Amino acid sequence: MNLAYRDVRHNLFRFLLTCLGLSLLLSVVLAMIGIYRGIVVDALTIARNHGVDLWVVEAGSRGPFAEASRIPGDSREAIARLAGVATAGSVTYQTVEAEHSARKLRLYVVGFEPGRLGGPEHIVAGRTIAQSHFEMIADRSTGLTLDTRIRLGRTVFSVVGLTENQVASGGDPVVFISLLDAQKLQFDLAPPAARVQLARGTSGASRDTVNAVVARLAPGTNPEMVVEAARRWKHLSAMTQIEQESILTQSLVDRARRQIGMFTTILLLVSAVIIALIIYTMTMEKLRHIAMLKLIGAPDRTIVAMIVQQALALGLTGFFFGAVLVANIKAYFPRRVVLDPDNVLALGGVVFLVCLLASGLGVRAALKADPATALGG
Amino acid sequence: MPAAASESLVSLRGIFKHFGEGETRIDALKDISLNVSPGEVVALLGPSGSGKTTLLNVIACILDPSQGRMSLEGELVFDSKWLRQDLRRLRLDKIGFIFQFHNLLPFLNATDNVAIVLQLAGYEPAAARERAIELLEYLEVGNRKNAFPAKLSGGEAQRVAIARALANRPRIILADEPTAALDSKRAQIVMDLLRKLAADQSAAVIAVTHDEKIFDRFDRIFMLRDGRLEDERRAVAA
Repeated sequence: MNLAYRDVRHNLFRFLLTCLGLSLLLSVVLAMIGIYRGIVVDALTIARNHGVDLWVVEAGSRGPFAEASRIPGDSREAIARLAGVATAGSVTYQTVEAEHSARKLRLYVVGFEPGRLGGPEHIVAGRTIAQSHFEMIADRSTGLTLDTRIRLGRTVFSVVGLTENQVASGGDPVVFISLLDAQKLQFDLAPPAARVQLARGTSGASRDTVNAVVARLAPGTNPEMVVEAARRWKHLSAMTQIEQESILTQSLVDRARRQIGMFTTILLLVSAVIIALIIYTMTMEKLRHIAMLKLIGAPDRTIVAMIVQQALALGLTGFFFGAVLVANIKAYFPRRVVLDPDNVLALGGVVFLVCLLASGLGVRAALKADPATALGG
Repeated sequence: MPAAASESLVSLRGIFKHFGEGETRIDALKDISLNVSPGEVVALLGPSGSGKTTLLNVIACILDPSQGRMSLEGELVFDSKWLRQDLRRLRLDKIGFIFQFHNLLPFLNATDNVAIVLQLAGYEPAAARERAIELLEYLEVGNRKNAFPAKLSGGEAQRVAIARALANRPRIILADEPTAALDSKRAQIVMDLLRKLAADQSAAVIAVTHDEKIFDRFDRIFMLRDGRLEDERRAVAA
């Protein structure tokens, strides 16, 4: 006779209510883990999107994401000629705010040369940029749809393609425009400022600069050798894709990552304490029945099994409902929530262990229960 | 007349029990000797703090006597120390308990409240349920076999509790105020039932009670005063 099951069945509503409370708590833990993973994935999205092996940036800079980087626009041709480089492209990155449907849109704008590296790898609707000007590929999370027209700076763009899950490390959705448009958007002065510059006799520096050159290497090429070759130009610096990803996760989002990690740990500890208290309270309520069981001869293993099984049933049911809840609402979070099966299983394991440890308090109280209390002593 | 120790189901010899030491020492039981024979129904009376519950706890093997000897069903179980380690098993095999407030497990129905004792003793679940239903029918609560304790009347719950106490065919039944929660009519019925069980199963029933209405249902009544046991005649004389 499984006493834990019988007790749960008899008090099913109360058990489910407790599970619901616990599931809400565990769903918050799970959501925090998802947000933590989301920050890392978001940070790597743009860097991974181009599918490149090499990043060439301004000398002494760890750009283009962690630090500012400006290099001459013709760097791409020089890099493309290096031995082992299969193809290369120039890119620019900038954040702009635009207005659309009477609301502010914060966008991360990527400028690339159509037909070269640096554009989106996968377009889910529409087409890629075919003209040198006024066309845009936008991520669905911007809320923009095909053929929507939107003003960036002094230029109006038409959305010709859509991507999915393309966001910057800050969570801003990404749009892609041609390099020429991006340079104009980034470096052109407003007409009054341009007139002042002309009056001073300085027409302004050339706007043919880019933030980075990305390159894909030929199969079998050692990236380190190409990096060394690119560094021979004193005004350039180069890094491999792995180094770029390392900068993004360890530098750019490190504080946010650690902050969320810390908060998740605290939440997990709070959950552990709450689970322990629930199980302890459940046991204390049954102390007289436990004393009676001991009096009529029930061995300790029967009593321990009842408490541990209930603790595990409570924790794992709460965890299951919590996971289902987060899986169903994660799309509504403003930032990406990534639930890797590994992370979910790991939290399930932690909940299992926490329940086992938490039931220890209840088991201790149960084992100390005096059978004499059942006899009225 | 008390039976000889060798024929007794419960035999206590020179049992002492004290709590604390020095100035805080309380002598709860003083030189208690008692024999209860098969078929006997015995009452323990006494004012509050006289040691009734302490004596019941000692016989139930849940409280260590400070001194003395105790035999249950002819087996010497205590002689200045416990002679068996598995006291819970001893209780399961030899002793049935009846409580003032039935103490049924609220999450088990009447049948399972009885069957659990049998399963703890090693019965298969189906056999345990079969025997539990037999007992409930014997105690005339078979029609309530699927009811949970909260749905049973006081008398029905006490009958289920008696069925549980008898499930493992113990020959020693300890009852703590078994009729205190019942009206006089149901109290008489329960006591008649205990007398019948004692006779049918050659069991010994030891009950702590204050209920004067049922005194005539006991074979012997012992009075406890300040931890000392006096027999029926002395109690009446006092």
